[in-house]
Amino acid sequence: MSEDAKKFLYVNRKAPYGTIYALESLEVVLIGAAFEQEVTLAFLDDGVYQLAKGQETAGVGMKNFSPTYRALGDYDVNKFYVERESLEERGLTEDDLQEITYEDEDDDWAEKPSIRVVNRDEMKKIMSEQDVILSF
Amino acid sequence: MSTLHTVNKSPFDRPSLTSCLNHLMPGDAVLLIEDGVIAARKGSAFSSPLEAAMKDCSVYVLSPDSSARGIGDGDMVSGIETVDYGGFVDLVVKHDRTQSWL
Repeated sequence: MSEDAKKFLYVNRKAPYGTIYALESLEVVLIGAAFEQEVTLAFLDDGVYQLAKGQETAGVGMKNFSPTYRALGDYDVNKFYVERESLEERGLTEDDLQEITYEDEDDDWAEKPSIRVVNRDEMKKIMSEQDVILSF
Repeated sequence: MSTLHTVNKSPFDRPSLTSCLNHLMPGDAVLLIEDGVIAARKGSAFSSPLEAAMKDCSVYVLSPDSSARGIGDGDMVSGIETVDYGGFVDLVVKHDRTQSWL
């Protein structure tokens, strides 16, 4: 990570498959990862459904892109903040989300969880600390 | 350090404005654009959430969008300021970052 890296936040507020936003966000995150910026992902409102486990999309004829989130750790994208209130409003808990991990190079490549459930006040603070916010 | 939040959807169509208001920090600004201006009309269900937000944040409306929808300056929740396209640019420059609530 270069010293002049900017803090980029990708805000995800839409469920997958109903609109193209979720997939487009993931594509931009993957592209952005090549530029060695400090990347954080936020999932709130219906966006929490992007990380739901057990997505089966054969019936709707669309590619299930949810496994791709698990590859982001290899691109140093390992801060996934999920808003607790958004989960609760939708009857979801952290157990309904797929497991996403990364290997921490500063800790002997120990495998650690990428998803951190935060409350709304913590999410506000995360948003206020960014250089650039990209909304989807 | 402050953020300019833009909202371009009617609050009656999507929860974008509600979610935006839930994530404001003191000193932030909200700019209602496109169908987002529908929230600004006084007497609507969103008047009191906007009034609450204006205790420590500013709320602006993009006047070409409100005018296009027949919402005059006198029709808006009191305390809301209108800006033109140049004012929009000034708001972007004045804040540290811009966040779009789609």
